[in-house]
Amino acid sequence: MSGMHRGASMDIKLARISVENLNFYYGAKHALKSINMNIYEKQVTAIIGPSGCGKSTLIRLFNRMNDLVPNTRLEGMINLDGRDINAPNMDVVDIRRRVGMVFQKPNPFPKTIFQNISYGLEIGGQTDKNIIESKVVEALKKAALWDEVKDRLTESALMLSGGQQQRLCIARCLAVEPEVILFDEPCASLDPISTKKIEELILELEKDYTIVIVTHNMQQAARVSDYTAFMYLGELVEFGLTDKIFTVPKDKRTEEYLSGKFG
Amino acid sequence: MKNKTIQKIGFSVLFACIIITIMFLCSIIYFIVVRGIGSISWEFLTEAPRHAMTQGGVAPAIIGTFYLTLGAVLFALPLGAACAIYLTEYSPKGYAVNIIRMSINNLAGVPSVVFGLFGLAVFVKFLGFGVSILSGSLTLGILILPGIISAAQEALTAVPFSLREASLALGATQWQTIRKVVLPTALPGIMTGAILGVGRAAGETAPILFTAATFYTRGYPGSVLSETMALPYHIYALMTEGTHPAQQTAIAYGCSLILLVLVLVVSGGAIYVRHAQRSKYGY
Repeated sequence: MSGMHRGASMDIKLARISVENLNFYYGAKHALKSINMNIYEKQVTAIIGPSGCGKSTLIRLFNRMNDLVPNTRLEGMINLDGRDINAPNMDVVDIRRRVGMVFQKPNPFPKTIFQNISYGLEIGGQTDKNIIESKVVEALKKAALWDEVKDRLTESALMLSGGQQQRLCIARCLAVEPEVILFDEPCASLDPISTKKIEELILELEKDYTIVIVTHNMQQAARVSDYTAFMYLGELVEFGLTDKIFTVPKDKRTEEYLSGKFG
Repeated sequence: MKNKTIQKIGFSVLFACIIITIMFLCSIIYFIVVRGIGSISWEFLTEAPRHAMTQGGVAPAIIGTFYLTLGAVLFALPLGAACAIYLTEYSPKGYAVNIIRMSINNLAGVPSVVFGLFGLAVFVKFLGFGVSILSGSLTLGILILPGIISAAQEALTAVPFSLREASLALGATQWQTIRKVVLPTALPGIMTGAILGVGRAAGETAPILFTAATFYTRGYPGSVLSETMALPYHIYALMTEGTHPAQQTAIAYGCSLILLVLVLVVSGGAIYVRHAQRSKYGY
């Protein structure tokens, strides 16, 4: 749908994240093999591929979440605005505030709806109650959740439905004002209606944010993304405009995956 | 058909075991209540013993047990929670941590009278606290420490990893994540450890035998360095010393009943707090 239109008006885009010759190992396992790709500003980039292809590993390197996994090794570079995020002088806290993440399963804190959103602001040092309150409201509005929760901000976030919880997690992420948002299979545990809402939200957020989404669902990639990366067995098989990948894939493996021969 | 019969027999045996266990619990409560209730009166709860402990009340022992238990928990809960946090959140997984874990479990297996002797040697003599509430509390605290650590570790491990990830991904430091997300989430579980610790500390006799307890005081302990009466020790003394066994036995049952109620009230209160915390956030 809209991808066609946007693809047609493609200019030279600014790369916010650039991946250069990236290799990543879990112990002896070579999980990512010589990846090169760009994440362009205010575009949605989808990463697709069968289970275990390394797509989640890749996206989790963009905000250094894999720092938490022991016994890993990284070669090559991931640059955020031209600076290597793994360089010793880079502050991981700063990177994670600039590159937010929404996870596969909604993971709201066992706190109130309000506290879930205000948390990121408070740990960032914001103490002004008025500012916190207005930013919480703004984040909930941006995440298309405000109308559903405005009368129950002091209720536990765990009382919300799965889809609402995921939008809450998106709001939580938006509140700290990131530049890039990573979605790691955000709809994997949601029903079709909730999935549709999240997809609409992603298309809306694209106006202001650079977005990367890992998805199992090829139709979802086609619906929401401008660029698509197809990964297989740790390799980046093909990367390009979504319209091109889905209509005229260059690699035989991409074509076979998209036509449902495996995966 | 045959399998179904076997299954029925199996379930019946399991059910019988439950009934037997509950019967023990109920009969303990029944006997203590029946034999103890006669001694309970306002005077018994509020006054000091008189006439070689055959008259008057046991108020100093109640107060003493309360102080000793409170002191033990105040000492062991923060220390134990801190140890558990370090072990689950910070320490590198591996050989050294396993050794530490094993040591803590072994500490739990040390007989309580040994803790008593340790308390005598270290707190009473070496550190010079004397036979006092402080010495007794610290000794009881060490006794309940392993239980508190294990319960806290379990509670911390049960906090989903995804919550830690969510917090870190928002730019929180590990310390902020532990303080504001992990600890509050684990609090109900940590409380459970503290509750069990309260029950244990209130009831133990051996650790306070040489470190805190005294046979008889007229008044209430004046400071943490005073020696004190305590319910478990008072029961022991009533049953082994003195010259009026019949009256003393009745008073001992009265003390047991008070001890039982005291522990149940404290546990009940803590369970209520834990429950309120849980239901507030829909656990």
